[in-house]
Formats: sequence, structure tokens, C-alpha cells
Amino acid sequence: MLRKVLFAAAAAMALSVGSAAVAPVSAATLRYANQGDLKSLDPYTLNETTTNAHLGNVYEGLTKRDKDLKIIPGLAESWEIVEPTRWRFHLRKGVKFANGEDFTADDVLFSADRVRAQGSNFQTRVPKDAKFVKVDDYTVDVVLATPNPILHYQWDTWYIMSKKWAEANNATQPTPASAATPSYASLNANGTGPFKIESHQPGVKTVFKPNPGWWGKPEHNLTEVIFTPINSDSTRVAALLSGEVDIIEPVPLQDIQRVNQSQNAQVLTGPELRTIFLGMDQSRDELLESNVKGKNPFKDKRVREAFYKAIDVEAIKSRVMRGLSTPSALMIAPELFALSKDFTRPKADPEAAKKLLAEAGYPNGFEVGMDCPTDRYVNDGPICQAVVGMLARVGVKVNLNAQPKAQYFAKVLKPNGYKTSFYLLGWTPGTLDSHNVLYDIMGCRDDATARGETNLGGYCNKQLDALTDKILVETDADKRNQMIKQAFQIGIDDYGYIPLHQQSLAWGVAKNVKVVQRADNQVLLYWIRKD
Amino acid sequence: MADVTLTTPPDTPSRWTRFRDSDLLASFLSSKLTMVSALVTVVMILGAVFATWIAPTNPFDPASVDLMNSLFPPRWIEGGDPRFLLGTDNQGRDIWSAILYGMQVSLIIGIVGVIIAATLGIGLGLLAGYLGGRVDALIMRVADIQLTFPAILIALVIDGVVHAFFKGAPREQTAFGVLVVSIGLSFWVQYARTIRGSTMVEKNKDYVHAARLMGVPAPLIMLRHVLPNVIGPVLVILTINLALAIITEATLSFLGVGLPPTQPSLGTLIRIGNDFLFSGEWWIVAFPGVTLAVFVLAVNLLGDWLRDALNPKLR
Repeated sequence: MLRKVLFAAAAAMALSVGSAAVAPVSAATLRYANQGDLKSLDPYTLNETTTNAHLGNVYEGLTKRDKDLKIIPGLAESWEIVEPTRWRFHLRKGVKFANGEDFTADDVLFSADRVRAQGSNFQTRVPKDAKFVKVDDYTVDVVLATPNPILHYQWDTWYIMSKKWAEANNATQPTPASAATPSYASLNANGTGPFKIESHQPGVKTVFKPNPGWWGKPEHNLTEVIFTPINSDSTRVAALLSGEVDIIEPVPLQDIQRVNQSQNAQVLTGPELRTIFLGMDQSRDELLESNVKGKNPFKDKRVREAFYKAIDVEAIKSRVMRGLSTPSALMIAPELFALSKDFTRPKADPEAAKKLLAEAGYPNGFEVGMDCPTDRYVNDGPICQAVVGMLARVGVKVNLNAQPKAQYFAKVLKPNGYKTSFYLLGWTPGTLDSHNVLYDIMGCRDDATARGETNLGGYCNKQLDALTDKILVETDADKRNQMIKQAFQIGIDDYGYIPLHQQSLAWGVAKNVKVVQRADNQVLLYWIRKD
Repeated sequence: MADVTLTTPPDTPSRWTRFRDSDLLASFLSSKLTMVSALVTVVMILGAVFATWIAPTNPFDPASVDLMNSLFPPRWIEGGDPRFLLGTDNQGRDIWSAILYGMQVSLIIGIVGVIIAATLGIGLGLLAGYLGGRVDALIMRVADIQLTFPAILIALVIDGVVHAFFKGAPREQTAFGVLVVSIGLSFWVQYARTIRGSTMVEKNKDYVHAARLMGVPAPLIMLRHVLPNVIGPVLVILTINLALAIITEATLSFLGVGLPPTQPSLGTLIRIGNDFLFSGEWWIVAFPGVTLAVFVLAVNLLGDWLRDALNPKLR
């Protein structure tokens, strides 16, 4: 049966390729495969770049980011800071949602509440204490408790939803990543963006069609986009090389050369702004997954330092990443922080790690569970396995729980109560600014403000938080950079996190397809042209 | 000494003599193919059993694996390292050791899975055949329904359900049990059908009637009288199913729902290697793949021979 289907598919492919030469219309169907799937269409479920990119074709924020990641007007035509704590946004007129409803200030107010509600993974997008005031149908004021000059920096991925549509479909509450049953909003989408979703089968395929009522002028020439997740590295590459798909992300590192040597496809590489790191649960009094009972070994700085020193990022670079990674001392990419050159990552030192563990009272190590996604970052699974091996050699037994990202995120994120002891995560600051890292990842967890929303391990240092608050309002670039440097130094001295590296972008693209490769690794359909 | 000669009359051959003179051995010795496959099977099983002593390293022990040794080709190819006969995988594990340990895991899962399937199938088959009526109808309709689904699909469903029950439990701890249960529940039908058929024939024979008249309880009749007379064909199914179970395990592991990469079975090794199929590191997938193919082929040939040898119609 399967063979028949495959054969039929192959025949259909052959036909479509054959007819492409004579009828260029059919060529405008773009097939895109990613290693991970698109689980929920609810734009507030999972703050993860691939998901944000998918949904960014359908939904739009008040701001957008252009090809060079500069902030440009989106659903807001313009904005001004009336006074330091009051921002005014002038909304674009004549914008319609895909279902024909008009976009107005009410939708912004509704989205501002929904994005901050329980279960949202985007609570830090909008300050908890910010008040949204409707001035008229196309003007919204945001009243802040404290000045925030970077308020709109990551509003390009705070997608505006239709109030009427959400109310009509019982979707006024965000769908948490840990939700057992999908909500209407997680299976359907209604945005203002250049594409709409024709059909969505989670884990199987999603079909995008251009939105004829879009307010902008389309730069793409696509009539249809078919997205399929292909988890297996070799299958994904084979699909690209055989012409079954036009774009794959990522190209497995071991296959880059092969794709580049092929006739019909090439690999676009570049530095990515994402930092891959390891986090440790420092908040619980007893770890969820460990044989140490009655205390939490990660509360002891020496244990965290030992973990840091046990892990050889250079070996990971040369062996797992085949040279295509930049070991990082910081929790942010060097492109995003001017003073990152002042930091160097100390070399791995397993002997010192062993000594530190012994000093901390674990001469024979201990056992700890580790959570790891297998289809999110470049070689995430093999990196975790390498970490398991490196820690084993200093006596720590790591029980690796490597799962696809849907299950991984459902387990470790806030809605499920941060159920992890030790984990691998990657982070690109949505603001492209250090403050986001210091606030979302390194800030003390606080429900009232959503600070530390993605601080899965609960690292906390009030000194760092105080600096972060000052960094937010500081306008002098030099002073601000010095403060950021100081804050990162606190994190390093605490061994709060173990930064590993920045991975490299690797998109496999058919030669007849032109894409815009943004350094935040968002594959955005509305800039893609296919000949 | 005298007692022994008394209790063992000289004209009753010992078990060994009976086996030596049997058709089974004669048929075995007359088929070279069977002898070769038996030899291969035995060697591979021994290799798996004594993996701990034969294998130069232990791939289960992360502490013995060095990432810097990763992706070495086999020893005889340029760039190979003399320490690693068949090369290393992307984590620096010795492929030769991994195959030995992987065989061990695959075999254990296969054998335990088949035992579960056989126990379940024999039990249900006996019940259905002996009791007949509604019990028979119920059991056999369930079997029919299950037969409409491929075994691998059933195993996938069971795997999914069990994992939903143990939500959050690390795969390392649940994988073995889940696999064994999935395989056991997927393969019981064949045993049940075979046993039911022969039981229905046997239960009308005189010795069963006699036992019933003597008042022997039904469970005892089933186990003591019927079972020994219907068990023959099951031996054949057992052998062939072992090969199938190992393939199923490998398939599940290949699909990523089986054993995790930290406890590699042959299927897991093939899955890991599959990612390197295009990039020139062929040895990661080739050697475990060949091992699996050879083992399954050998066991299948043995099973075929056993089926023919035990079939009186073919003699």
C-alpha cells in the first residue's frame, strides 16, 4: 500500500516537474520541509523561532522586521512616545483579517490581554502592568508603569488576533503548550498576514495560500506553500536533492558538502543569532529527577562550576558540529553585544570538575535526568549525548530524556511547572538585545511581571535583576553596554548557565528558488520567489 | 550399578540415542544450508551472550566513550584507527562493540517478546479450542480483528498508549518493557489460531474423553493432556517469530519509538547510521544492517527447515 502511494507520489512529482518547464504556473507551489513540526497554530502557545516564523506568514504584529532585522511598521503605521510612560500607536486602516473582519483597536486590546493571560508563552512580550487605552478605532495608547524604551522591540512576533473571531470560537484564552486537547485557535488561524492557512494537520502537513485581501504588496510569486515536517536527516536531504521539496531547514551538517555538489540545490549558511546552552534547576529544594534526596546539588555553585568545566565545547564543535559552531562564553551571540569580545570561554577541565564535585560532597558523582529536544536545534540530540558522555567521565550519570520538541516543550515550560532538572535550550533574544536575555532567561522568576518566563532552571540573582532594570531605561549606549557586561559577568561568576555555542544557519534551497535568509533563522514565505 | 541396569532395560534407547537416530538429525545433517544457518545463528547468539567479554569497549557506559574518537572509518581503510575494527559512530562508540551489545539487546527483546506472545497465544488458543462456544467466538473474533492490522501498526499503537500512561517517564526506563509488551501483544494471534485448531481435533480423541470421565478438571486436561500433543507446530512458529520479533524491534527503534540511542539495539544503531548514509560514513549503518539481515536470514532458514522436518506430509 505504502509503496503504491509512494509510487503515485513519485509519478505525480515527475509529472509536475515535467510540466514545470511548459507551465510556469505550477512552479509557484513551494514545498518546504523543516526537521520539526508545527503543532499549534495558536500564536501564544510556543515562543519558538520556527513556530513564530510559520505563523508570521499568517499573523502580523504591530511592528515587523525587515530583511536586515530592522524594525518597520506592521499593523501600526507609526508610533510615538508621547511621554516616557505613554506610547501612542497609530493603526493601519483598511486592514482585514483573513475571514473578512476589519482590524481595529479592539483587536489590539484583546490581544494584549490574551498574550498576558495564564497559559501564554509570550507573557514577556507585553509588560504585565502596561495598560492599553483605546483612543479611537485606529489609535491605541500604551500606558506603562515604568519607562521602557525597547517596548516594541519584539512586537514583530506578538501577533494580533481577531477579538470577534476568538470570541465566536471560544478561543479567548491562550492554548498552553502542555494542553492535552487542541483548542479551536490551535487548529485554525485567522490573521492579517500575506498568507492564510488552507489546511493544517499537525505533524503531517500544513498548506498555506496567499491571502488575496492582504494590505501589502506581495514580493513573493507563490500560489501555494506546502509545509511538511521531515524529522529524519537523510530523508530530508534526499527530498531536497530529488526535487520533492524546494527548501529544507536545517541541512544536516554532514550533508552540506553533498548538497552543494548537487546540480539542483545549494546550502545557504551564515552565523545564527541563537545561543545554545544548558540550564540547571536551582530553584527546587530537591531535584525532580535525581538520586540525591533532601537537597538540590545544583544549589551548590561548585557543582554548577563542575558541570561547566566538565563540558568540552571545542570537542562538540569539531566532532558534533563539524566546525560549524562558535563556542560562546556569553548567553548572547557576539553580533548582538558590542563588548562580547571582552569575554573568553575557559577551557574544559575534567580534573578540576572532579575536584569540585568532591569538595561539594559528591566524590562519586550523582544521577540526574536531562531533557533534550531532538528536532529543534542543529544536532540537538547528539549534543546532549556528547554532554552525557562528558559528564559520565567526571562521575555524573545523566539519564537522557530526548524527545521531539512538542513533548519536550510541553514538559519543561512554564504551563507545566518547569518540570526539568537539567536541560538544553537555545535562545535568540526576540528584541535582538541583551536585555531580553537578562530578563527572560537570567532574571529571577516572578509571576507578577513574567520576568524569568523562560528561566527553566530558576537561576536567580537579585543584583543581576537590579542591573537589568537599569539597563532597560539607560539611553547612553556606552553606559548601557558597561552595565550589560557587568550583568553577564554576574551570571558567569554564578555559573548560572552553561552557554555552549552559536550554531550556524544551514538552509537547503533549490537553485530555482530565491530566499531571504535572516540571521534569526526565520524562513519567511513572503520573500520567497520561485522561477 | 546393578540397580541402574535393572531400571534401564537395555532395549530402551536413551534420549541421546533416540535423538541421534531420529529423522530430525538426519534431515539436519543432510541439508548444508541448514547447518550453515545453524552455525551462524549459534555464533551470533554466543557473540551476543558473551558481548561483555568479547567487545573491546562498553557502548552502554558513556564514561568509556570519547567524542574525539568519533567518525573513524573501519580499521582497514585509510584514516582508520587500530583500536576500532569496524570504525566508530558520531559519538565515538566502537561499532564492533555496539553491534555485539546491540545484538544482545535485540535478542533479549526478541526472546522475551516471543515468550509473552507464545504464552498468551497458547493460553487463549487452548481456551478457545477446548471450551468452544462463546469463549471461542470472542477470542477468535478479537484475533481476526487484530489480524486485519499489520503487526508493526499494533506495536506502534501499544507503544503510544503505554507512553501516554507513563507520561514523563524517561524512555530509557520504559522502552524495554514497552517494546516487549508491544511485540508480545502483536504476535499472539498466530499461536492462538494454531493451538485452537489442533486442540479442537485433540479434544474429541478418546484419551481426552477418558480423562474427562475420570473427573479430571478442565484446566488440568488442557495443560497436562491436550497441550503436550498440540505444542509441536508452535516450535516452528517460535523460531520464525523470533526473527520477526527482532525485525519488529529494529523497525520500532528505527522509527524512533524503540530503544533510545543511549541503549542501542541493532535498530537504533541503524537509525543513527541512517543519518550518515549520504555523507560518506557508510560504516555506521552498513555493519549493523548486515548483522541484522544475516541473523534474521539464518533464523528464518532454520525455522523453514524445522517446519519441513516436523511436517509428516513432506516425508
